Amino acid sequence: MTMTYTHASPEHGAPERADDVDDVARILQPDGTRVSDPALDRWISDLPPHELRALHRDMVLTRRLDTEGVALQRQGQLALWAPCRGQEAVQVATAHALAAGDLVFPSYREHGVLLARGARPADFVLAWRGEEHSAYDHAALGVAPVQIIIGAQALHATGWAMGAQRDRSTDVAVAYFGDGATSQGDVNEAMVFASSFRAPVVFVCSNNQWAISEPVTVQARHPIAGRAPGFGIPSMRVDGNDALACLAAMRWALDHARRGEGPAFIEAVTYRLGPHTTSDDPTRYRDADEVERWSRRDPLARLEAYLRDAGVLDDSGLAEVARAADAFAAEVRAACIGAVTRDPASVFDHVYAEPHAPLERQRAEYVDYLDGFSR
Amino acid sequence: MTALTLGAAITAGLARALETDDRVLLLGEDIGTLGGVFRVTDGLQKRFGAERVIDAPLAEAGIVGTAVGLALRGYRPVVEIQFDGFVYPAFDQIVCQVAKLHYRTNGRVRMPMVIRIPWAGGVGAAEHHSESPEAYFVHTPGLRVVAPSTPQDAYVMLRQAVASDDPVVFFEPKRLYHSQGEVDPDGDLADAPPMHLARVAREGTDATVVTYGAMVRTALDAALAAEDEGLSLEVVDLRSLSPIDMNTVAASVRKTGRVVVAHEAARTAGIGAELVASITEQCFEYLEAPPLRVTGHDIPYPPAKLEKHHVPDLDRILFAVDRVVEPGTAPSAASAAAIEGGVR
Ligand SMILES: Cc1ncc(C[n+]2csc(CCOP(=O)(O)OP(=O)(O)O)c2C)c(N)n1
Repeated sequence: MTMTYTHASPEHGAPERADDVDDVARILQPDGTRVSDPALDRWISDLPPHELRALHRDMVLTRRLDTEGVALQRQGQLALWAPCRGQEAVQVATAHALAAGDLVFPSYREHGVLLARGARPADFVLAWRGEEHSAYDHAALGVAPVQIIIGAQALHATGWAMGAQRDRSTDVAVAYFGDGATSQGDVNEAMVFASSFRAPVVFVCSNNQWAISEPVTVQARHPIAGRAPGFGIPSMRVDGNDALACLAAMRWALDHARRGEGPAFIEAVTYRLGPHTTSDDPTRYRDADEVERWSRRDPLARLEAYLRDAGVLDDSGLAEVARAADAFAAEVRAACIGAVTRDPASVFDHVYAEPHAPLERQRAEYVDYLDGFSR
Repeated sequence: MTALTLGAAITAGLARALETDDRVLLLGEDIGTLGGVFRVTDGLQKRFGAERVIDAPLAEAGIVGTAVGLALRGYRPVVEIQFDGFVYPAFDQIVCQVAKLHYRTNGRVRMPMVIRIPWAGGVGAAEHHSESPEAYFVHTPGLRVVAPSTPQDAYVMLRQAVASDDPVVFFEPKRLYHSQGEVDPDGDLADAPPMHLARVAREGTDATVVTYGAMVRTALDAALAAEDEGLSLEVVDLRSLSPIDMNTVAASVRKTGRVVVAHEAARTAGIGAELVASITEQCFEYLEAPPLRVTGHDIPYPPAKLEKHHVPDLDRILFAVDRVVEPGTAPSAASAAAIEGGVR
């Protein structure tokens, strides 16, 4: 089955707009009420309570991690942090749909995806602290090195998927990026390659309405999900603050790719509640009303309300998750504060995989120079 | 004269350029309401309107490529690349198109474009935010490449770059954005030194340190420290990296007979290699010692906690100075004392 994001026909009145945040598929209303959407329902009809609880737990941990990241930055322990508050549903729920062999190609903001894939506490902070670049064990984690160059990972994911296809495996590559990234050539080229070669890659666009100070309307006039069909890629536009809708859409997309049908595209319409990074001042470009409006669509509160109502989660369950989150945050803090800066000579490590004599000479000279101070 | 930071001086230069020529347009990511991530375009969209100060989609090739078209249409685009490490997606447009159109068309097409790039490290930034890509552009004929190191130069050279009919890559040393200096906002451009000329930032007699951008500060600090040892260093601020004003460099080297070239970009095939080769060609018989380079290592820019081991500091400059002053010797006790606590 392919599912295509359809444009409103002229008789439906005004053309659809990129910033129409209610033109989305959802199955949890902002107050947590479960509604039905035939395209989404079938993908999550089998969800057992323990999976729902795991989903909720990872979202709570992600939020707690984010709070801790911001605090650590404010205390001078991290050089920078990119908050993900408000985006927990799309990050965690889409990651929960993955299989072990799939490889995620994340941007810098996908903390919830890393968490759901089992990242260790240190994996979240060493790069932001300035100790490492992107040095976690990407193969063990199933997450490619975090990408800062906007959109570059979409091509990497597509190439990896082309390899998976050649290997006759059912592994799928998943590229995560923001709304701003969809303006980059790399993302558009990735869609060309993925479509032409029917590569098993899923593109997840977390449309959080802003690329630093630029509203999504600077990147797109029509909804972003509407672009994919032009490349021959089926797409869905879902409420990114609805964890169940995100999970369902991701299962649809992964199934499509695994069955050899080629790429799929998800636009998850969400919102970045915090600043772009801890160096950003969002009061310069957006008003408090907007943030307030989106706070009322909080993905975590929404899922919690639904799970309580469904009898899957109660006060004691919530308290237990809160304790787990605090313990996890403490581990992250310890990993951050306990980080030991590497030996100066290690700046020369790993530039090449094979020995490189001129560089070894530079290393020796520099070490000798440093030693001169202790002589 | 007014005291301005280097960042504010560029803002003032942009405002003046927008004011005096309505063909001047600014184009870049977040340069509107936000005023740019470094606030260099702060207030300009409010003042000149969104038609002239344009928040562009997040696509560097798109920004530079459309600027080519705007230039063909008679505009004078000034584009902002948000950080040094993000110029690479636009590299193809810059080196294949911007640099060559004038030549390819036998001079019929001009590319009066300025590409502003907050540049280089030393500010504890994340990956891809501290790159020194200047040599790539210097290696490309058809581009002018400049790097001011004082607020006054930033103000004047920005306006000269906008007025130039050649494309100019304009590197802004981000670790100097907040450094203050006197700027003459009403000076006549015609009286200012042309942007292709180097500047003797400090006179001296024993050795010359040639450098540019934020490293000019470091070199001046090194010259102060050397003075305590009784050494008189001359510091030449290149200002322009393409073309390089070899007259000023060579005059200084002929005077002192000894030269150290310093930059934070990687060593191999960097600007230092070019300078040392040209100095050797032009000043061979005046040299008392082989010219030396003090540079970043041939490594990708390291994580922030280790960047002090990459970006040359005062100590590394003094170490090289000692070696050109007394070839074959170790650093003097005095310079070792002067740098105590500095490196580690
Ligand atoms: C090629 C490139 N250009 C510019 C930047 C600077 N930058 C970092 S994040 C960002 C905005 C990204 O917005 P979006 O893609 O919507 O993702 P979000 O940060 O909102 O998750 C920009 C312009 C960059 N990292 N890479």
